[in-house]
Amino acid sequence: MARQIGEVILDLKNISLRFGGVKALTDISFNVREHEIRAIIGPNGAGKSSMLNVINGVYHPQEGEIIFRGEHRKDMDTHDAAKGGFARTFQNIALFKGMSVLDNLMTGRNLKMKCNFLQHALWWGSAQKEELEHRKKVEEVIDFLEIEHIRKTPVGRLPYGLQKRVELGRALAAEPSMLLLDEPMAGMNVEEKQDMCRFILDVNDQFGTTIVLIEHDMGVVMDISDRVVVLDYGKKIGDGEPDEVKNNPEVIAAYLGTQH
Amino acid sequence: MQFFLEVLIGGLLSGVMYSLVALGFVLIFKASGVFNFAQGAMVYFAALSLVGVMGKGAPLWLAFILAFGIMTILGIATEKFVLRKMVNQAPISLFMATIGLAFFIEGLAPLLWGNDVRALEIGLVDEPIPYLLDSFNIVVSSFDLTAAGLALALVAGLALFFQFTRVGRALRAVADDHQAALSIGIPLQHIWALVWAVAGFVALVAGMLWGSRNGVQFALTFTALKALPVLILGGFTSVPGAIVGGLIIGASEKLAEIYIPPVMQSMFGGNFGGIEGWFPYVMALLFLLVRPEGLFGEKHIDRV
Amino acid sequence: MFYRETGQFKNSYAADQQVFPIRQDRVGIAILLAVAFLVVPLVAGNYWFNAIFIPFLIFALAALGLNILTGYAGQLSLGSAAFMAVGAYAAYNFQVRVEGMPILMSFILGGLTAAGVGILFGLPSLRIKGFYLAVATLAAQFFIVWCLTKFPYLSNNSSSGVISVPGVEMLGFKFDTPQSRYLLVLSIVTSMALLAKNMVRSTTGRSWMAVRDMDVAAEVIGIRLMRTKLLAFAVSSFYCGVAGALYAFCYLGSVEPDGFSLDLSFKILFMIIVGGVGSILGSFLGAAFILLLPIFLDITLPAIAGLLSLPFDSATVSHIQLMVFGALIMFFLIVEPHGLARLWQIGKEKLRLWPFPH
Repeated sequence: MARQIGEVILDLKNISLRFGGVKALTDISFNVREHEIRAIIGPNGAGKSSMLNVINGVYHPQEGEIIFRGEHRKDMDTHDAAKGGFARTFQNIALFKGMSVLDNLMTGRNLKMKCNFLQHALWWGSAQKEELEHRKKVEEVIDFLEIEHIRKTPVGRLPYGLQKRVELGRALAAEPSMLLLDEPMAGMNVEEKQDMCRFILDVNDQFGTTIVLIEHDMGVVMDISDRVVVLDYGKKIGDGEPDEVKNNPEVIAAYLGTQH
Repeated sequence: MQFFLEVLIGGLLSGVMYSLVALGFVLIFKASGVFNFAQGAMVYFAALSLVGVMGKGAPLWLAFILAFGIMTILGIATEKFVLRKMVNQAPISLFMATIGLAFFIEGLAPLLWGNDVRALEIGLVDEPIPYLLDSFNIVVSSFDLTAAGLALALVAGLALFFQFTRVGRALRAVADDHQAALSIGIPLQHIWALVWAVAGFVALVAGMLWGSRNGVQFALTFTALKALPVLILGGFTSVPGAIVGGLIIGASEKLAEIYIPPVMQSMFGGNFGGIEGWFPYVMALLFLLVRPEGLFGEKHIDRV
Repeated sequence: MFYRETGQFKNSYAADQQVFPIRQDRVGIAILLAVAFLVVPLVAGNYWFNAIFIPFLIFALAALGLNILTGYAGQLSLGSAAFMAVGAYAAYNFQVRVEGMPILMSFILGGLTAAGVGILFGLPSLRIKGFYLAVATLAAQFFIVWCLTKFPYLSNNSSSGVISVPGVEMLGFKFDTPQSRYLLVLSIVTSMALLAKNMVRSTTGRSWMAVRDMDVAAEVIGIRLMRTKLLAFAVSSFYCGVAGALYAFCYLGSVEPDGFSLDLSFKILFMIIVGGVGSILGSFLGAAFILLLPIFLDITLPAIAGLLSLPFDSATVSHIQLMVFGALIMFFLIVEPHGLARLWQIGKEKLRLWPFPH
């Protein structure tokens, strides 16, 4: 691969998150380097999704520090995160069900569009021009993900696998520098998984997008990720390159299991 | 001070009546997730049925039973023809459907029983309680007190019913998770019909009390509008919330009606009566800004 | 056979993003507008203007306003009539208090005042959703109507808040015939409908729908929830406000605060449920339906009763009307939650194949 893994751009330090009395995350630290594919694995309820939610500001940790591109902060704010180049997909697809595929992808460009509602209402000049420009960008994403045929279909009518792909598309439409994927391959068949892997690797390769992903399919994780962090009961129990993690006895006991 | 106490007590007692209507909302919301806007229309329908049957010569107890029968039929019909067909629709659609239901009932009731204002005699007298009047010089209506007592007894009875009977347990299970309840063999539709019948019963008691006080008339449907701020204050799922909310709304509304208009009059001139109509709403709204889940509601965490 | 898009290719994204991408639709709407602007004024009588066309257009505008808020942005409001009242009273005040105020300017200022009030009552939507919000909008409904009744200043010191609007006049032209008022209302409503369509097909509308469909995801994308919701409240209230001003100036001539009651709010809500939640066309279809239904029942019910020789009075008609309204709302929510607009769409799809369905 041509890509070069760069410096640490996101550094999470001693993150703890509680909901009332429930400890979701306890004292977790790890970092993400530019252009890498970083996986978060662990059993159900380990706090993986909570971790992603902390990274892009949906949840606010009680303790810890987040250093993003050299900027120290206590927590992230969703809007700042989006502006800072974060885009993500969700574990249970969070598409806008009443809208077409095209419109869903267009919302991904929202932050880049500058016209206000009055210009939209009049639809003259700049508003129309802007709409067309961004439509062109969105069509590139549609091409890339091979979903031309369902462009105008309301997403609610699509099968699960395609919805997952559209959700990735919406994230890509924002041209993110960092992509957070929450179980992008859950519930997919082998063929769909292969497609999704290909898309993830292509995005990483062609656009240099940094990717943080949560996934349960160990074959996939070990194959495509550069480094893996392992969580269990809200604590970090392993961190390192796939081979390293695979042989970590604590990780094997908690999650991977032994081979028979 | 005496006057203040009088207003306060009067407010609290009418607050119990608001609680009673709010309770009907809470029951249905807990069991089926439906915010039943038609509860007020049901109060009207129940009271009209009660006087209607009494007008045919039945004594109160018999009329009460028959009216309860009518409310049960209405509840079962609602479940069968409306709710059952709307399973899996968004809660807000169900809410809008109950607005439709309210209109339907508001048309049906006078069509069946006529739309004259009817007096309802249930044997309670509306006089100041002598003891309080003599000892403390406070006027408290014996009717209000009896009605409040009846309402509280009903609330307590329902609470026991849901806590300690098999049906009550099934109902709480349904409230918690429809599908899980279904999977362990709880007959969902029976439970829903039952809950609507119980809500009909609550509406009947409320309608009887309000109706005997103010006459049975279309204005009874507005009891729903009185109960909504109570729900906001108390939380949609909390029986204690409905009671406490009702008391707070009842008391503050009456106090506001007495004490605020004179202040406004001195500021702007003119007559500012009738703030009862909106005061509870604005109060509930301001409260929401501080505590969106209501007094006793549960804090909700969005999982993504 | 006649309604097909076969052979109509789009060579540019601009062509693909038109309001009516299919040629037959464009022709259809052109004919409809031509009839509305040219034929109707020539052939319709005063009854038709006063009792049907003018109220239809005004209600359609109010329904459009509510549809922006409820259908597109997903925030249920039960206070549309109150925002109409704000528009009506504000426009009235601008008109009578400011010397030489152009009437259109009064309408716009009336709408803007309603928008301001709408934002105020939309603030709770930042913290509460669904039923809670619906109940909160009732606060607007009751509070606003009460204010208009109790503060004499707001109705220019007229008794119990009744206002009688001055005649509508623009650049020396008096809109004193029903026909001329119809044309004025028609022009305003069609242009505002076009503006609304433009908003909902652009980023503004997509943000509204995103917030409606999945607010957390919308936030993660970078959509500001607060701004988006409040904008929906503002635009929606603006539309309702202008509708209210037209209601006073071009339809009734004299209105009282109680005319903008909760019942009117419900009526507007019913229009969008029957017509189609989240559809501009639906607002018009729903308004027509809800307006015509009582007229229809008024005529047919006594006739039916007469045939069956049943006793009948006007109270009975109004009770049956309530029941029919209620039943219809439940029927639509159960059978076709997207209303008449969806039925129209299904009809069009059938028409593409007709008369050779295979």
